[in-house]
Parts: sequence; structure tokens; C-alpha cells
Amino acid sequence: MSSLSAKIQDVFNEPGCGKNANKSEAERKKGCTKQLQPGGAAGGCAFDGAKIALQPLTDVAHLVHGPIACEGNSWDNRGARSSGSNIWRTGFTTDINETDIVFGGEKRLYKAIKEIIEKYDPPAVFVYQTCVPAMIGDDINAVCKAASQKFGKPVIPVNSPGFVGPKNLGNKLAGEALLDHVIGTEEPDYTTPYDLNIIGEYNLSGELWQVKPLLDELGIRIFSCISGDGKYREVAYSHRAKAAMMVCSKAMINVARKMEERYGIPFFEGSFYGIQDSSDSLREIARLLIERGAPDELMARTEAVIVREEAKAWAAIEPYKPRFAGKKVLLITGGVKSWSVVAALQEAGLELVGTSVKKSTKEDKERIKELMGQDAHMIDDMTPREMYKMLKDAKADIMLSGGKSQFVALKAAMPWLDINQERSHAYMGYVGMAKLMEEIDKALFNPVWEQLRQPAPWDDAAKNWQATAMAQMDAEAAQLAADPQAAEAARRARKVCNCKTVDLGTIEDAIRTNALTTVEQVRQHTEASGGCGFCAVRLEDILAALPAVAGSSPAPLLEAAE
Amino acid sequence: MARVTVGKKACAVNPLKMSQPIGGAFAFMGLRGSMPLLHGSQGCTSFGLTLFVRHFKEAVPLQTTAMSEVATVLGGYENVEQAILNIHKRTKPEIIGICSTGVTETKGDDVEGFLRLIREKHPDLANFPMVYVSTPDFKDAFQDGWEKTVARMVEVLVETPKNAARRDPRRVNVLPGCHLTPGDLDELRTIIEDFGLEPSFLPDLAGSLDGHIPEEFVPTTIGGIGVDEIATMGQAAWTIAIGAQMRRAAEAMEAKTGVPFRLFERLCGLIPNDEFLVFLSEISGRPVPLKYRRQRGQLADAMLDAHFHLGGRKLAIGAEPDLLFDLSSMLHEMGAKVTVAVTTTQSPVLERIRAEEVLIGDLEDLENLASDSGCNLLITHSHGRQAAERLKIPFHRAGFPMFDRLGAGHQLSVGYRGTRDLIFDIANLIIADHEDNHQATPDTWRTGEGPAAGVVDAATMH
Repeated sequence: MSSLSAKIQDVFNEPGCGKNANKSEAERKKGCTKQLQPGGAAGGCAFDGAKIALQPLTDVAHLVHGPIACEGNSWDNRGARSSGSNIWRTGFTTDINETDIVFGGEKRLYKAIKEIIEKYDPPAVFVYQTCVPAMIGDDINAVCKAASQKFGKPVIPVNSPGFVGPKNLGNKLAGEALLDHVIGTEEPDYTTPYDLNIIGEYNLSGELWQVKPLLDELGIRIFSCISGDGKYREVAYSHRAKAAMMVCSKAMINVARKMEERYGIPFFEGSFYGIQDSSDSLREIARLLIERGAPDELMARTEAVIVREEAKAWAAIEPYKPRFAGKKVLLITGGVKSWSVVAALQEAGLELVGTSVKKSTKEDKERIKELMGQDAHMIDDMTPREMYKMLKDAKADIMLSGGKSQFVALKAAMPWLDINQERSHAYMGYVGMAKLMEEIDKALFNPVWEQLRQPAPWDDAAKNWQATAMAQMDAEAAQLAADPQAAEAARRARKVCNCKTVDLGTIEDAIRTNALTTVEQVRQHTEASGGCGFCAVRLEDILAALPAVAGSSPAPLLEAAE
Repeated sequence: MARVTVGKKACAVNPLKMSQPIGGAFAFMGLRGSMPLLHGSQGCTSFGLTLFVRHFKEAVPLQTTAMSEVATVLGGYENVEQAILNIHKRTKPEIIGICSTGVTETKGDDVEGFLRLIREKHPDLANFPMVYVSTPDFKDAFQDGWEKTVARMVEVLVETPKNAARRDPRRVNVLPGCHLTPGDLDELRTIIEDFGLEPSFLPDLAGSLDGHIPEEFVPTTIGGIGVDEIATMGQAAWTIAIGAQMRRAAEAMEAKTGVPFRLFERLCGLIPNDEFLVFLSEISGRPVPLKYRRQRGQLADAMLDAHFHLGGRKLAIGAEPDLLFDLSSMLHEMGAKVTVAVTTTQSPVLERIRAEEVLIGDLEDLENLASDSGCNLLITHSHGRQAAERLKIPFHRAGFPMFDRLGAGHQLSVGYRGTRDLIFDIANLIIADHEDNHQATPDTWRTGEGPAAGVVDAATMH
């Protein structure tokens, strides 16, 4: 495990990571090993993250070394698409039993690799470590090495057992596995000045193919996509690309940065969500390729395609604008999609009433602010009841979120659209924007809402669950309004740092008493932001707002809901 | 008599099996105000959670003790304590159900001991309902997790009646196996109530995962059987256990409360339901209501209409033991041949399955055996979709998970009516497959001897 902990340290020191840059030296060392809150945690483990990042590699056998839970409970559950092989959708696991726990699982793992190669003959086998074999000391690196030599085929260890940290860390450890064992191990048949790597794109619902035709038209070759619709060999020779685009925020920034460092492949961070972002990304791709030797005329052709596609996209969106006028969207999502989708929606004339920044980094949040102006409501962790109230108060006509939060909206008889990875529609590029508008339109104007909002004829509308929930919340609000002391207590009790359970009052007191001025100081005094570091942004806001706190009126409703 | 064999592969390919802890957590989801808690790393919970959410298309409560690497090595007392305190404070559950996982079992955490310490240290938890079940991932399967958990609920939550003679003759306990859907439970409830009996289902998924809209948003289960009602199950006259997996819980009930039980291994098919209704009639002292006499006739008619299509079908089926036994027996009784049967874990019913062999294996085994023996009907859970595509044979989804079709929670297989509808569904699949893929052409019956096909076609066209 010592090499694994060294690797984790290395990943935590990622200079390209904005979240990391916000942390002190000591905290950076602690990294994401921070204790998740037992009984209050959600989200996947590091193994999950590693698998998410690599599984879209379509021609590879992904073998999970562990008990049945890790693969049996989760296989074939991703919406990535393949243009060729389907072996990535096959679930392979050693399904270790009690005997393996006692005597070690290495032999079984070796035999499993042998069986896969004999039966399926993939170009490579990826072996994922999980918690139990990590605990009993199965050395997957050694087994992979032995198997690789014996069978003359790459067998890649992905050392990311679930208990080392969250999904996000797993993404990065997966990237490290590629950097250590795959990238640079093969040579392409030929290269062109138009060879582009796309990093951190998973081709969910086949969305990459919404953009690929434009790249094809421009003569830009997707040299290697890590990992959507990717093939092993393409990743192995990806070090010969001319330039790279990093798509999914920070998930694989280590891959992009280290490839720049090692192979001199420049990269930019871009998105194909939304018209403006698509155009910017195309321009940036052309610019980088030209910088690396592609002919200058590529830019003119790119601009021509942008002009044409933008015009087409605006024309496709135009009919929706009057229908969307005055419609409000509540956007609840994590990470990069927060800002890229915000831009897309605003382009169609929808008004945003809030967006979650749970997983967003400081930069993401800044971008949301920039896009949405000063009125942006940052809703970090709304409870279902608060979400319902928000929808019900007609502050929102539709909710866009990930799969797991959909039920609140749907049960509240409010239109809802899935924009996270489980979604079944692709929303990338210029055509994806039109598709998104079409789906929003279908959701908003479906006649079911009208019927479902009607109470049953025998129900007392004033006593149904919706009314009850609203009445409860209104009563609580009224109580607070009538009692400034209670209101102040409630305001102060608002939790700012989830990891260390630090509330607003504690932080304000610390700032006042000790005349603190920086996040770092607040952290030293209160431990706030000493965990995952996400709330550093909130601390800045508190520091900025504090002089006004003493004499200010009660916080606006939405903030109270936070 | 089927021969039960265990697969010898080192690598399971396309697992049929799911893990024991989530089977246990599933049982806790049938309790009102319940918060199931997996003692393991957060991935253990999030994978299970995703699976349930995709199957039911509902919000599902499931928490984690979020074990880190360090906590795993040092032992999980603090994580269990913190998790319970957090859940207790934040979600105000009526019960917390805890299942262990592979990580914490490998370490050997003594969770029962932890719970005693926690109760001592926190007086407000002294009498708070908490049930712990040991369910390591590296042993057994989903169904076993359910089996152990329900038995443990009985041991911990049911009270021994003070005066065993005072039983309520109208009360009946129902211990359903995990192969029954919320829809099945509602059907059984209706049938039992039609005999004037009052059933208590343990667990009652129909109360929590039937898709109803709750009165209030709660982070725990939105319905199911309450802890108070479970406590009084010892006053019932009878316990009805459904599926061989429930024998353990039924015996626990009998041992603790003296309530006799009757085990129904199957409730899909004509004869099993005859036995069920006769039993209900006996214990209630009421005749079988007219409604069920009519439903029996409808099922008989469905069997007549469908036997043309199901007779001689070569079935490949992969399911957990009790579902496998129930469905394959019913289809056997419809004239289908149970050609390939694959399951996940040992069970006494396996050797009575009407097949030559029952293999404890995976979906790769199911697919290969089905292909080798020319099966033309596939039944398994949604993960069989890739196999079905390659085999190009009709595919009926049954069991958990069913994430790529709607209405998983309402699929019926029990009772005359449930059996009738299931027979129609499967027969219709076969009819559609025949229409789409097996219509006769001029060449269907050509043997290859005599003139070449093209020549005859050309000749008949002129």
C-alpha cells in the first residue's frame, strides 16, 4: 500500500487543481483522505470513480478483483456508447469467497486473467483493486506484471480501492494508471498535424458523436479519446497527439497536465455544452493545432463552420424562445455542468433561479456568478422539502438535475429533466442544444402536470401533503420572523462546513473575536474548510459580508433555505 | 431431481448474483420509518442505492458508515457510533437496520458489541430499535441477506406474548421472500383480507416502494410495517411463509412466540394457489369467495390458450433460488422444458427444480448453455439484456434488478390473477417473436436436396 499512498499524495499535489490550490500545505497532504461523515455521506467510492473514468474504453476487459458487491451490484450501469467492441459492457469479477480471504486472492486473480484472455482475447485487461483484497494484501501490481509477461498482453493494474477516498480521487488514480502503464507504450501507424486528444469525455448517450462530424469536416482527427468510445491502442499511442482538449472539469486534469509535461502536448479546458462553449472550444482546438504546425487556413475554415453552425443552432432554438419566455429553471447539478449548462439555458431565454455548487470548485462557482450575474442563488444542499417549496413557490417551472434527486420534483408534479450521466439523451455541441430545448419543451408542456396537480375529488386540497409541507415551512418561517432571537439563532446555526460540522455563528464569532481576514486564519481557528475544502468559497463570502452582519436585516428566504 | 453443480471458473463473467448486504438492506426497506445502514466504505452503499433507485424509480433510503482505509484497519466503532448518532438526529427514524459488508467482516468488527456500548454511552438510544445482521459480501447472495435479516428482525423485534393462549384468530403473519414485488404483496393482502383475516407483512415493501406519494417528505422509508406492529406479531394465529428462504424466519417466529407456520414454496401456478386458498379457507373458517372461483376459471382458460405457445419451449432461466423454483415450475407445468437453470446460491429447493442440472453460476454460463442447447425462451433479470440480444430469443425480465423497463414494482406472479397475467405476458412475447422472426417462407422447409432455391423461385414467378 505504500506505493498507493505515495500515488495518492502525488495526485493530491496536483498543481492544476483549483480546489487543491485553496488548501494549506498540511491539508493538501491530508487530501481527500478526510473522514466522510458516517451516516450522512452520499456518492461513490474511489473504485467507482476509477471504473467510471476507464470503463468507456470499449475493447478492454475490465476485471474487478473483489467480492461480488463491487461488480455484481454495479456492472453495465453506465450510459457510455461504443462504435465497435462491446466487451467493456461485460462484467468480469473474481467474486472472491471466504477461502480467498484466508489464503489470499492472487491465484484466483491470475487464473481469472488467464480465462479472460483465452475466452475473449481483448487487447488488454484492466484489473481493478477493491477494499477487501487490498486489506488482505493481494499485490495486484505483481499479479498483473506476471500475467502480462506470461500471456504477452498488457494487464493494467488500477489501484484504487474504494476506501481510499471518494469518486473524484478514483478518477485521478485511474488517470495515473493510464500514465504509468498505457500512454506511450505503442506507436501510431501515422500522424497528422490535425491529431487531437480529448481527455475526460465519456461519450455518455453517444454525445461525442454530436460533435465528431464537425471535427471530421474540419479534418481534425480524434486521435485518442480518454476514454469515451476509446480503444486501448489509441490511448497507448496518444502521446503522439498534437494538442489536447480536457472536457470533464478536473476529473482527469492530472492526465492532461502530465501529458503536457512529458510529451509536450498543450491542452485547454473546454466544453461542448452550449453554443458559445462549442464555438470557443472549436476555436481553441484550431488555435492549438495551428500552434503545433497545422496550416493557418484551419482557423478560417473553423470560423466558417462556427458561423454556419451557430446560425443553424440559433434558428433551431428560436421557436422555443417565446414558449420559454418567463419560464424559470432550477438547476441542481454537480461540477462542471453547472456553468456550462447555465450558459446553454440562458441562450434559450430561460431564467435560472438557482444552481447547486456542491461539487464545483471555486473557479466553477466564479463562472456561474459571471454567467448569471449578481443575483445568482447558490444552493448548496437543499433538503427535499426546501426544494419542493422552491418549486411550489413558482420560483421554478422545471427542475434539471441528476437522477437521484428527480423524485422530489416528479412527486411534486413538477417537470423534471435528467442532465447527469444516467440521462438517455445527448446534449453536446450545437445539435445537442437544440435537443436539450426540445426535451425541456416536452417536459414543460406535457399535459400530465395539469392532471396530476388536481387533488383527488375526495381529498381536501388544504390538507394534502403539499399543503401540509408548505404550511409547516410557512409556520416555521413565521415563527422565526416573529422571534428575532430565534431567527438569529437559526441563521447562526446554518452549517457552513459539512466535513467539520462548523456553523455560521462559530465562524462569525471567530472572525470578530480574532479579527480574522483570510480563509486560512478561519481554518486555523475553527477547523472550517479543513476537510474537503469546498466551503472555502463560502468562507470568503462570509469574510466579505461580515462588517455588515451586525446591523443587517434577516437573510433573504433563499439563504435561509440553504 | 436436478443435479446441483457449482461453477468452477476463477472469473465470474456477467454476474447474475448480487451481494448479501444489499439483500439485507432491502428487507429493512419494508419497515416504516426505517434507515438501512451498511457498515462499509461509501461505495458499498452507493452501488446498492443506484441499483434500487434504477429498479424502483423511487427515492430510496440507504446510508453508510463511510469507512476509510484507516478506520477499516483500526476498527469501525467510531464510524458506527457517529453514523447512528447522525442518522438518529438528522432523519429521526423509527428503526436503524445495520448490515455488515466485506471490508468490515474481513477486519472482524464486533458490531453487536458496538451497539451495546453505544446504547450504554447514549441513554436516548438505550431502547431505540436497532437490528444488526452479519452479511459479508464474500459469502452467499442477495436472497441470503434477506433471509438472515428477516429472521433477525423476528428475533429482535417480535415480543414473546405473555399469555400464549390469547391469540387473535383473525391475525396472520406473512413472511414474504425477496422475490415477491410490492405488487405481489398487495395482491396477497387483498386475497388474505377477502377471507376476513388481518395480515401483517414482514417486511412490507408494498408500503414503502409501491410508488405512492407520501404525506410528508421523510428521508427514511415512507411506509411499511411499523416496529410497534412487528412487536405484536406473536399474537397472530398463524404465520404464512412464502418461499423456502423464509423458513428460517418462520421457525424463529415459532420458537419465540409459538405461532405455527405454513410454508408455501410457490405462489405462481394453479395448484400452489389452490393449496393456498384452501389453507386460508381452513384457518378463517370461510368458504373461498366467488371472486377467486372466477379467477381460477380465468387462469385455467389462460393456461388452455397459452399452452399452444409455451408447450415444448426450451427455457433458459437465471434467477435466485426461490424465484427460479417458482417460475420454472410454473412454466414446466405449462409444458415448457426447463433446459438451462442457473442460480446464485445454495437452497433446498434447487434439487427439486424440473431440470436435469441446476448450476450455481453467472450469466455467461446461462448464455453459453442456452446457446449450446438451442433454448428459445430466456428469463432472468435486466442484466440478461446483452445475452438476449446475442441469442436472439424472446427475453422475459424477472427478478431484481429490472432497470431498463418500467413497472418493476408492480410485476405480478402470485395468485390466480398474477399467474394468469404472467402466462399471457410470456406467451405474447413468444407470439411476437414468431411473427417477427420465424414466419414461414418458401424456403423454411427446403431440405437442400433437389433444385436450388433460386431456380424454383424463378420458375414459380413466371
